[in-house]
Amino acid sequence: MINKISHNKKNFKNDSSISVSLDNVSIKYGNSVAVKNVFCDIKKNQVTSFIGPSGCGKSTVIRAINRMNDLIEGCELSGSVIFEGTDIYAKDIDPVEVRRRIGMVFQQPNPFPKSIYENIAFGARVNGFTGNMDQLVEESLIKAAVWDECKDKLNESGYSLSGGQQQRLCIARTIAIEPDVILMDEPCSALDPLSTLKVEETIHELKRNFTIIIVTHNMQQANRVSDYTAFFNTEKDGKDPGGKVGFLVEFSKTKNMFNSPKQKSTQDYISGKFG
Amino acid sequence: MDYNSKKALTYNPSLTRNIGNKALTIISALFAIISVLPLILVISYVLIKGGSYINFETLILEPEPPGDDLLSAGGIGPAITGTFIMTFIASIISIPVGVGGGIYLAEYSKSGRFAKFVRFGSNVLAGVPSIIAGVFIYAIIVSTKILFGSMFSGIAGGISLSILMLPTIIKTTDEALKLVPDNLRKAALGIGASKFTMICNVTLPAAFSSISTGIILGLARAAGETAPLIFTALFSRYYITSFDDLFYEMGSLSVLIYNFALEPYESQNQLAWAASFILVVILLSLNILSRWINRLDAFSKNKV
Repeated sequence: MINKISHNKKNFKNDSSISVSLDNVSIKYGNSVAVKNVFCDIKKNQVTSFIGPSGCGKSTVIRAINRMNDLIEGCELSGSVIFEGTDIYAKDIDPVEVRRRIGMVFQQPNPFPKSIYENIAFGARVNGFTGNMDQLVEESLIKAAVWDECKDKLNESGYSLSGGQQQRLCIARTIAIEPDVILMDEPCSALDPLSTLKVEETIHELKRNFTIIIVTHNMQQANRVSDYTAFFNTEKDGKDPGGKVGFLVEFSKTKNMFNSPKQKSTQDYISGKFG
Repeated sequence: MDYNSKKALTYNPSLTRNIGNKALTIISALFAIISVLPLILVISYVLIKGGSYINFETLILEPEPPGDDLLSAGGIGPAITGTFIMTFIASIISIPVGVGGGIYLAEYSKSGRFAKFVRFGSNVLAGVPSIIAGVFIYAIIVSTKILFGSMFSGIAGGISLSILMLPTIIKTTDEALKLVPDNLRKAALGIGASKFTMICNVTLPAAFSSISTGIILGLARAAGETAPLIFTALFSRYYITSFDDLFYEMGSLSVLIYNFALEPYESQNQLAWAASFILVVILLSLNILSRWINRLDAFSKNKV
């Protein structure tokens, strides 16, 4: 199965429609392998969702794409992550620059303890933005579909917003630095259904300008928002009897995945038999 | 199955458990009262006794040599300025070093062997008796005349106080930064901030009030110290008039109390009481200030 995917990869190797390409990526925390042998090509300006049961390594993989795993002690990656032709784990790569091109939205809404305006302006300023800040703030908030709710209180604390609004503020903050790719690690898991819906609408809007990768526990959400889906699963670690290793089971167009999955385990997961 | 019960649900004060409960509550309340009693007694005694000797002249005049004039001992002006100058010198040294060290411990070397050593070291330093800090500075600065040939000086006094402030500041900075949620760090790094920007713009402001509380408590400790100053700054009856005077003996409230409280003359003893009053007021206001900063922060978290 893994061979098959790597074979697919060869077919569009020089394809400029590929944004991020995971090439035989395995990630270890200390001595335990979290996820192994992931091959995956993520298309530009499409939404790709990672689904799978807990502990299958989907969050680990998404964090590997903008080197957030560097912050975790003892985390090691083998294989390569190619972003627009550059291996972002090469020795001469500056992780700060990587994160400027590949932004991230986290599971818990985490606005800075600053005003709404500053939350967005901070990232832009850090990245050397010199244009019209008011305009940038407004545009980012509009794109993240939260402008109407906070245009009258830009100087109030980011914490004065509701959870769903905070999460869209965090999305706006990421949009403001104009990355090429936006990673979202379960962005809706702390939100109510209505806020979730709004965030999903936002994601649809963003697709035009950004490549989006989203980790989600919610299969309906993956079905609703994504063009491509990667299904991860776990298997017993041969060496460590209690340990589990995540791996990529299947990666294809969301439509195909949900209508006619190739693997039995994908079928089972999607139909709710486990996970 | 027999609990000889089905008793009424009403409270029965004669039950052993209810009596014991009440007795222990009373005993622990009693101990709580006893434990704050020394604080209240000391402070009120000093405030009442010292307060009666406070007037404008005592605050600004220079102290007279004991026995010179039996009716008036002058004032404590130079001692007040001396205390402020030496704590200021101590803060100039210990705030950057302590906050910098705390940042290193919390943000850069979370659990490395060196960080563990520094943490252990600052804990030990916090427990070192203040007289040791005084003797140490006496040995390396005062007796060697390393500071442009001067011996006892305000600067040496400030340095010895900084040794006492340092561990408090390192520790509170370290702890305060550790309390900043990791989510904020991830947020800052996730939008492409460098670690330096993250610390300056996100984590330090978030920990600002706890760090300043620690600094103020460190200041309060340093301002009241006597032992290290006896070995380093000694005492002077005169105001400092120029920068050069920093390199000579300098008076301070605590040493003035130590010197004058033991004099046989009544007027000198009164001066010592006045100095105690001022010292207690300074320490109390520093402590209240630190609480107020904390409150300010709790308020600002709700607003902006």
